[in-house]
Amino acid sequence: MKIHEYQAKQMFAAYGIPLQRGVVAKTAEEAKTLYASLKEQVSPNEDFLCNVKAQLHAGGRGKAGGVLVAHSAEEAAEHTKNLVGKILVTHQTGAEGLPVTAVLLDKRMNPEVEMYLAMTIDRFSASPVVLASRTGGMEIEDVAAEDPNAVVSEVFGIIEGPQDDMIDRVAKVLELKEDHQIEDLRKTIKAMWQIFEDADASLIEINPLVLSKEGRLIALDAKVNVDDNALFRHDDIEALRDPTQEDATELKANKLGLSYVGLEGNIGCLVNGAGLAMATNDIIKLSGGEPANFLDVGGGANVEQVTNAFSIILSDDKVKAILVNIFGGIMRCDWIAEGLLKATEKLQVSIPIVVRLQGTNVEEGRNILKQANALNLISVDELGEAARKVVEVANQQGKS
Amino acid sequence: MSILVDQNTKLLVQGITGQAGAFHTEKMLEYGTAVVGGVTPGKAGQEVHGVPVFNSVDEARKETGANATVIFVPAKFCYQAIMDAIEAQIELVVAITEGVPTMDMVRIKHRLADSKTRLIGPNCPGLITPGQCKIGIMPGYIHNPGSVAVLSRSGTLTYDAVYQLSEVGFGQSTCIGIGGDPVIGTGFTDVLPMLEADEQTEAIVMIGEIGGTEEDEAAELIKAYIKKPVFSFIAGRMAPKEKRMGHAGAIIAGGKGTAVEKMETLRKAGAIIIDSPADIGKTVKAHLKAPSVA
Repeated sequence: MKIHEYQAKQMFAAYGIPLQRGVVAKTAEEAKTLYASLKEQVSPNEDFLCNVKAQLHAGGRGKAGGVLVAHSAEEAAEHTKNLVGKILVTHQTGAEGLPVTAVLLDKRMNPEVEMYLAMTIDRFSASPVVLASRTGGMEIEDVAAEDPNAVVSEVFGIIEGPQDDMIDRVAKVLELKEDHQIEDLRKTIKAMWQIFEDADASLIEINPLVLSKEGRLIALDAKVNVDDNALFRHDDIEALRDPTQEDATELKANKLGLSYVGLEGNIGCLVNGAGLAMATNDIIKLSGGEPANFLDVGGGANVEQVTNAFSIILSDDKVKAILVNIFGGIMRCDWIAEGLLKATEKLQVSIPIVVRLQGTNVEEGRNILKQANALNLISVDELGEAARKVVEVANQQGKS
Repeated sequence: MSILVDQNTKLLVQGITGQAGAFHTEKMLEYGTAVVGGVTPGKAGQEVHGVPVFNSVDEARKETGANATVIFVPAKFCYQAIMDAIEAQIELVVAITEGVPTMDMVRIKHRLADSKTRLIGPNCPGLITPGQCKIGIMPGYIHNPGSVAVLSRSGTLTYDAVYQLSEVGFGQSTCIGIGGDPVIGTGFTDVLPMLEADEQTEAIVMIGEIGGTEEDEAAELIKAYIKKPVFSFIAGRMAPKEKRMGHAGAIIAGGKGTAVEKMETLRKAGAIIIDSPADIGKTVKAHLKAPSVA
């Protein structure tokens, strides 16, 4: 699960990570008032340039016009009015973009150096790892693509946590020389690990990490992703969920116990098992078609779940045909065939459905489909053939 | 010979009184697996399908001489269930449970490092040596004893692969679902050397998917060490970046772990890449001579 920058920064602040103090506004009036108090707090006697940063669950805001600069309370209010509620399209959001939930106001810095610091789990070694680069402020993938040596990773043990010698090596990578800067880094990395453990994080990222005019280390941005599987023990984090930032169909499917990801094509897919569902998407593509979705109906695949799955798939107007690919193991193919008939009848599905059943009682299952005489239900025995067939009927539908 | 499990395996079922635990205990017994005991705290003295229930893994092991356990408990109790099995020095622990927090697995992996236990899973279908022992939730009847090992991060896709192999006349030595989570007990690189050393295994089908570096590490090992033919299908070439495709571990993060990259790395390491999931059986048949029956 993702949370907003301002929420991540509240966590950072609670754990003592040095950062730029900011305030969150949802309306122009709030922004106006908060601007004044923020100026009073951070910069009462000097020039105060204020960032108005759009809060959404995606990076690349700057280039997409999601970070504006205010010179006055009125301007802060104006920017807030323009940003909140707006759909922002960044290179991470996809074409449909994401709505801006709120804005974060903080003092604008012009750092000379922008660095990168992150913590995640190295899957293969099953250890926490610190990732660091002297080059930050841009996507770390791009930094690594340009120079694979620019991003350094340091694995550490879960019992001892991040140790000073490891942090010293990270400081070298970041080219931090002053003692107080290394001390800031120590504090930051140790706090990141505390958050990581306490919140069951999957990724904590500071990009950019900068040096202030006074030479102090400061987290200018903050990202905390939390392990979905651990949310059962984190009601406080679950409460931070912003449903406006999640795909409505995916969220709905999720609540029904289905795993769904929307794709660009016109062939709906209903599959049991995540691996088989991915493979089904792949074989449609190999057969010259484009899948409209990934959908894992789960191990149960009972009438109710199959009905739910069909209604989710059909909520996508692009869908011209559906491929059902079920391997009946414990769940017998004859039960699945009956379930398919009931579900399609109930929902009055009119577009073609190609059904490929395999596994336990497969002959009985195929017979049930055949005897049903439903014109739009096409039973195909072999997976490759089923994929070719569904591409063919989807193309025909597209033309008619 | 096969690996990890055979007719000498004596199995416990943790969570045997739950719905899934009881159901699959029956299926495993039907297959011929020696299920010698079950564990549910507070339910000692009961029986499930004739299998005695104990309060703790330790007690169950002492009473039955079990050397393996399969875990069906809900995700929030899985950490403790696995730890109990490690403490009781069970040699093989198979965790079927889906949804175990990653940090729990990181802590378990740390504990496993200096233990006598091997963990398979979590979030996996289990493993089977056809005709001898089935531990997990896979449909037993699709398997036949034979010479092809199947290794996979998936469930139903593995069944499909096994089904295809059996259809073209190739039986299996051992089939292992290693699990779809980011951190798992036993990976491809742990199993490949066992299969290389196993006399019964003549070829290996390895089914990977997007996310992580498991397949890349396997590729290095295949190149350096594995002489037996390795056939590989990687699921998820259509998967968009940064989207979790059902399995917790199936996500292209930071641009890394795409299916195409993995296929290329494995191809370079000498593996035979199967492009279509419908061609797994066919491809194995085309490359291997006559199927040998064990």
